Amino acid sequence: MVDESRPRRVEALNSGLAFERPILELEQKIAELEKLAASTRLDLNGEIKLLRERLKRTIEETYRHLTPWERVNVARHADRPITQDYIEQMLDDFFELHGDGYFGDDRAMVTGMGKIGGRSVMLVAHRKGKTTKERLACNFGCAHPEGYRKALRKMKLAERLRLPIVALINTPGAYPGIGAEERGQARAIAENILEMFGLATPILSIVIGEGGSGGALGIGVGDKVAILQHAYYSVISPEACSAILWRNGERAPDAARALRLTSDDLLALGVVDEVIPEPLGGAHRDPPAMIAAVKQRVLAWLDELSAFSTTELLDRRYRKFRYIAQGVLAPPPL
Amino acid sequence: MTANERKPEDDPELSRLAGKKREMPGGLWLKCESCRQMIFRKELESRQRVCPNCGFHFTLPGRERVEITMDPGTFEELFADLSPVDRLKFVDQLPYPEKIHSAQRKSGQAEAVIAGTGTVKGHPVVLGVLDFSFLGGSMGEVVGEKVARCCEVALETKRPVIFFTSSGGARMHEGAVSLMQMAKTCGALSRLQRNGGFSISVMTNPTTGGVTASFASTCDVLIAEPGALIGFAGPRVISTTLKQDLPKGFQRAEFLLEKGQIDAIVPRDRMRDDLARLLSFVQKPA
Repeated sequence: MVDESRPRRVEALNSGLAFERPILELEQKIAELEKLAASTRLDLNGEIKLLRERLKRTIEETYRHLTPWERVNVARHADRPITQDYIEQMLDDFFELHGDGYFGDDRAMVTGMGKIGGRSVMLVAHRKGKTTKERLACNFGCAHPEGYRKALRKMKLAERLRLPIVALINTPGAYPGIGAEERGQARAIAENILEMFGLATPILSIVIGEGGSGGALGIGVGDKVAILQHAYYSVISPEACSAILWRNGERAPDAARALRLTSDDLLALGVVDEVIPEPLGGAHRDPPAMIAAVKQRVLAWLDELSAFSTTELLDRRYRKFRYIAQGVLAPPPL
Repeated sequence: MTANERKPEDDPELSRLAGKKREMPGGLWLKCESCRQMIFRKELESRQRVCPNCGFHFTLPGRERVEITMDPGTFEELFADLSPVDRLKFVDQLPYPEKIHSAQRKSGQAEAVIAGTGTVKGHPVVLGVLDFSFLGGSMGEVVGEKVARCCEVALETKRPVIFFTSSGGARMHEGAVSLMQMAKTCGALSRLQRNGGFSISVMTNPTTGGVTASFASTCDVLIAEPGALIGFAGPRVISTTLKQDLPKGFQRAEFLLEKGQIDAIVPRDRMRDDLARLLSFVQKPA
């Protein structure tokens, strides 16, 4: 296991995950000892046990003190579970529906009907891809207008069929390009945001990795908005913010801190309703546990939201966003 | 994705697009950023800031927009005292409160949006005008709140609402709170639309980012001024991302009209008349 993931780890260490170095070194040492024990039949169990305890302490200590910028890099970790993993492990069945009905199939947005714990839902989700080829095909999770229009079309279908909508958000942002602008990127996102206020079916929006600005919000108007512990949700990427406000792309760590984009900050500001804790050392250390935790929360929310009438649901959604993260004035009484 | 939230004072490109650099106070003459001709400042101001030579529409200060749009003496400003709060304790090269204070001193306004009611050639309306000179017309909590309240006043008083936008997008200094204003404004607009209200968005140079990607693009009728830059990502970000030059006229009002993204282009000197005509289809003058 250690050997085959090595190139990826080196890559990870070079890309803002330097804080993981002591953890990776310990993991490697343990793997080497296990190999040695197996090949020589020496009893190294005591040593291995000690190292494992040290590893656990190191992970706990490291992840307790992550800076906002380090968390952004955890959210982007190459081994972090992404939409494809959730489709495979969280859903019992999934039927992908590709058509946007207007222009073309945007691989950066996946939509379709799924079953979760025996219930039918409509999934709309950003897709990043696992391999380099897939990532390129998905534009690294940056959707075009047709992606947002595909999502809207499927969300309207969900409304008609009374299927709750589960939206998984994981995008650096909507794609900035000539075709995207020609086909109305801003308008596509704006229309999704506006239309989601009128969809008479429960909507869950979960930021599973990167919540990049308007591109994230385009499927983010949920009755419940949740975020994974080390995911982030921001008005702008730390790199772009640094380039603009500090006139220097190197200040991304400062920008990440200033933007208050971590899950705890967003919960305190009232931007999200709930933070889903990640397994020790981040979702990438234990994807199945992460996905199981998300599934458990999704099922609980579906139960909770099914208690509301359509009118109540839409009124609550409206009020939630009308007075979201309110700081200037308190919301009027109900 | 990113340049949507650029601010003019931080970005030479946006300042240029807004004609800000060339409109520094004091000079008798200034250079048109479009045709590069020298223009007598007084003449430009007497012509609603439209270049006498090439017709380029300079970014109009918010107060002047209110003045040339509404019937004289009818505008009653609303929510003028709402002032932004530094929720994030945001500091980059300057603390955010210092930027707010300096913008407030320069503009005499508490925020980047002027809201109120009045009449356009006798038609009662609610008006919201984004002022680019105030932190790039960027949308933070107060701007979002006032836009939402405009929609609510429109609903309560059964008046159409008109928004004039010029903005670099969401305001970075308010982080995800400013991102949420995109949802807040669209929510309020959606409620107005579902209850029979009528809304007009007039996008002026420049309108980008989170403002284009929310209420500015979801009104019932979308109008642009000639030559206005309107887009999601800023042109510099797109050319940097793609490492190529952009087509001529890219993201300009005429380009958007051709691509089916807006309903009409209306020159500044016809704006009042055309707005009144549009309003006459949906209501009778008071």
